[in-house]
Amino acid sequence: MKGPVATAGVWVAILASFFLAHHFPQSALAFLLFEGSLLAIYYAPIEQSLKTFLGALVLLGLMPILGFVNGYYLEVAIQIGIYVALALGLNIVVGFVGLLNLGFVAFYAIGAYLWAIFGSPQANAFIAGGLFPLSPNWFFIFLVLSIAVGALTGVLLGLPVLRLRGDYLAIVTLGFAEVVRALVNNLDKPINLTNGPRGIAPISKPPLFFEPVLQWAGLQVADATLYPLYFYFLVLIMVALIILVTRRLESSRIGRAWKAIREDEVAASAMGVPVVRMKLLGFAVGASFASAVGVLFAAKQVFINPESFTFMESIGVLAMVILGGMGSIPGAIVGATGVTILNLQLLKSLSIWLNNLRQSGAALTIPLLGSYSFSQLPAQFEPAKYERMVFGLILIIMMIFRPQGILPPGYERKK
Amino acid sequence: MALLELRAISKRFGGLQALANVSLALDDGMIASLIGPNGAGKTTLVNTLTGLYRPDQGEIVFRKRSLVGLKPENITAAGISRTFQNIRLFSDMTVLDNVLVGMHARLQTSLPAILLRSKAFHAQERQAQRRALELVELTGLHGREHTWAGQLSYGEQRRLEIARALAAGPEILLLDEPTAGMNAQEAQSLMALFEELIGNYVKAILLIEHNMRVVMGISHWIHVLDYGEKIAEGNPDKVRRDPRVIEAYLGQGTWAPDARD
Repeated sequence: MKGPVATAGVWVAILASFFLAHHFPQSALAFLLFEGSLLAIYYAPIEQSLKTFLGALVLLGLMPILGFVNGYYLEVAIQIGIYVALALGLNIVVGFVGLLNLGFVAFYAIGAYLWAIFGSPQANAFIAGGLFPLSPNWFFIFLVLSIAVGALTGVLLGLPVLRLRGDYLAIVTLGFAEVVRALVNNLDKPINLTNGPRGIAPISKPPLFFEPVLQWAGLQVADATLYPLYFYFLVLIMVALIILVTRRLESSRIGRAWKAIREDEVAASAMGVPVVRMKLLGFAVGASFASAVGVLFAAKQVFINPESFTFMESIGVLAMVILGGMGSIPGAIVGATGVTILNLQLLKSLSIWLNNLRQSGAALTIPLLGSYSFSQLPAQFEPAKYERMVFGLILIIMMIFRPQGILPPGYERKK
Repeated sequence: MALLELRAISKRFGGLQALANVSLALDDGMIASLIGPNGAGKTTLVNTLTGLYRPDQGEIVFRKRSLVGLKPENITAAGISRTFQNIRLFSDMTVLDNVLVGMHARLQTSLPAILLRSKAFHAQERQAQRRALELVELTGLHGREHTWAGQLSYGEQRRLEIARALAAGPEILLLDEPTAGMNAQEAQSLMALFEELIGNYVKAILLIEHNMRVVMGISHWIHVLDYGEKIAEGNPDKVRRDPRVIEAYLGQGTWAPDARD
C-alpha cells in the first residue's frame, strides 16, 4: 500500500472516525477510533510533510471541535497529555540512562505543590502580608521556575545515590518518593506549609491573556468551555516542547553518552564519558519535565492532596514506559496513551455497558442449555474496579510475547 | 624523555600481589608488547594505567604529568585510549554511534547549543560524523555503519573496539588481546592496520597479545610479566632467547626459528 492509496486510506480513517465521534458523542468506541487515527498517520507509508500536516489537523483542529461536543473527550486528551509528558521524562532516566527510578512521581509532586502553595491562599499561612494567592499571571513564571526546581531536586537526589547501581538505586528512589509524600502529608505543623492530608484548594488557573482577542473577534465563550480547551492546548504545547528537547538531546553527544552508560558504564567512562555528570544531567532533565507537568496538573485540578502522588502512580508511569518500549520516544507516547485510555475509557465504558445489560434484564439463551438472565450478573462484577488486575495481565502478556515493548528504539531502522 | 612512563607500579588485591614494582616506558613511534602467561597481571596493568584501578605504589607519568588518581574519562581525554579483552561494545547502539561515543571528550558543544541547534553544533556534529566514518572505513567496517554493534561478527566487533578507541584521538593506544579468536589471515590484516596507525593516528601502541606471530612480527620492544613481576624486556630477538621467558611462557623449542610455522 503506497502513495495515493495510503494517503486516501489515512484521510478516510481520520474523517470517518471524526464523524463517528461527532455524531455519537457518548460512544467511547468512536472516540477510540478517532485516537487510533493518529496511530494510522504515524504508521502509514506517506510523506513526512503530509504526516505532520495530518497530525496537526487532528490535534489542533478536529480534537477541539470534538471537545465542544463532549467535554469529557478533552479531559481524556489532557490526562493523556500529562501522562505522555511524565512518561517522556521517565523514559530519559530509565530508557536512555538505564537507571531504574521507582520514585519519579516525587518530582511531579514537587512541581504541583510549588504552584499549589503560592497560587492559592495557602502561602498566607507562613508568609505574612496577605500577598497570596498570586495573580494568575505568575503561572507561567512558576512553570519556568518549576523546571529549575525540578532539575535542582533531581541533582540533589542524584548526588548521593548515583554511585549505587541497579536494585539499590531503585530502592533509594522509592524511598525518596515516600519521603516527599510523607513530607507533604505532615508539613501542616508546626508551620502549615502543605495543609497536610486535607490538601490545598483553590489553586489559581493560568491567566486568560488572550481574552481581549476573543472579545475583539466577537467570540463569546463561557469560562467553563474555555478552560478545558486552554488546558488542552497548554498540555499539547508542553508535550511538543518535551518531545523536541528529548529528540535534540537524544541525537547529540549527550544522548549518545546516556545510552553508552546504559549499555556499559565501564566502557563508557573508558571512552571519555563523564559518567557521574551525565547521569546527573539525565536525572535533572527527567525531573524538570515531571515538575513542570506538576504545575500544570495543580492548575488544572484546582485541588490537590498527597493522594495524587502515591507509589502506584510512579509504577503506573514506569509501566507506560516499559509497555511502550524503553528508550524510545514514540514508545513512551504510545505506552502512556494506551494505558490512560484503558483506565479512563475502556474499562469504564465496559462497566457502563454491563450495567445497562444488567438493568435491561435481557437474557442470553443457549439452545438445550437454557437461558441466563443478565440481571443475575453480580453487581460486584465491574471491570472499572479491576483496573490494576487488567493492567497486570497486560504487563505479564507483554513481557512474555514482546518484552522489548510496543515500539522499541530503532524500530524504524530495524524494519 | 619517554612519552609514557610507569615507575615501580604495585597493586595488590587482598592476598594477591597482582603487580610488583613494574616499570615500563613507551617512546614516540613505538609498538611495545606486553606478554606473559594468563594471570601474570597484563590486564591489571592496563586497568591501572587507564584509571580503573588506583596503584598502591608507583607513579604514572604521561607527557610530564602524573595520571595517578585520575578518573578513566580524564585519562582518555588526556590522550590514552584502550580496547577491552572481553569485548565491551555498546551493543544496542549502531556502529557509527559507538565510534561517536568515543569522541565525547572532543566534542565541546554546550547544552544550550544542543537544544537550540546552533551553527557550531551542526558544524561539530558534521565533522564528528565525517571522522567517525573515516575510522569505520579505516578499520574495515565500511558499509556496516548503521548495523547494531551487537549484530556484528566477532572479528568485526574487535575492529569496532579499535575504531571506538581511536575516536578519542589518543596519542597512546592500548590494545588488550586485539587478535584473540581470529584466524591467521585476520590477524595478519590487523598487524598491517597497527603499523599504519603508528605515526598517522597514534604516537605509540601498547599491545597485550598471546599470538606470538603478531607479537614477534610487529613489536619494537617486548615486556614480559610473570606473577606480577617483570621478568624480561628487550627486542623480539632478545626476548625469544631469554631462558626465563622460555621457562615461564614460551616453552622449550617453541620459538626456535621455523619450529612451528
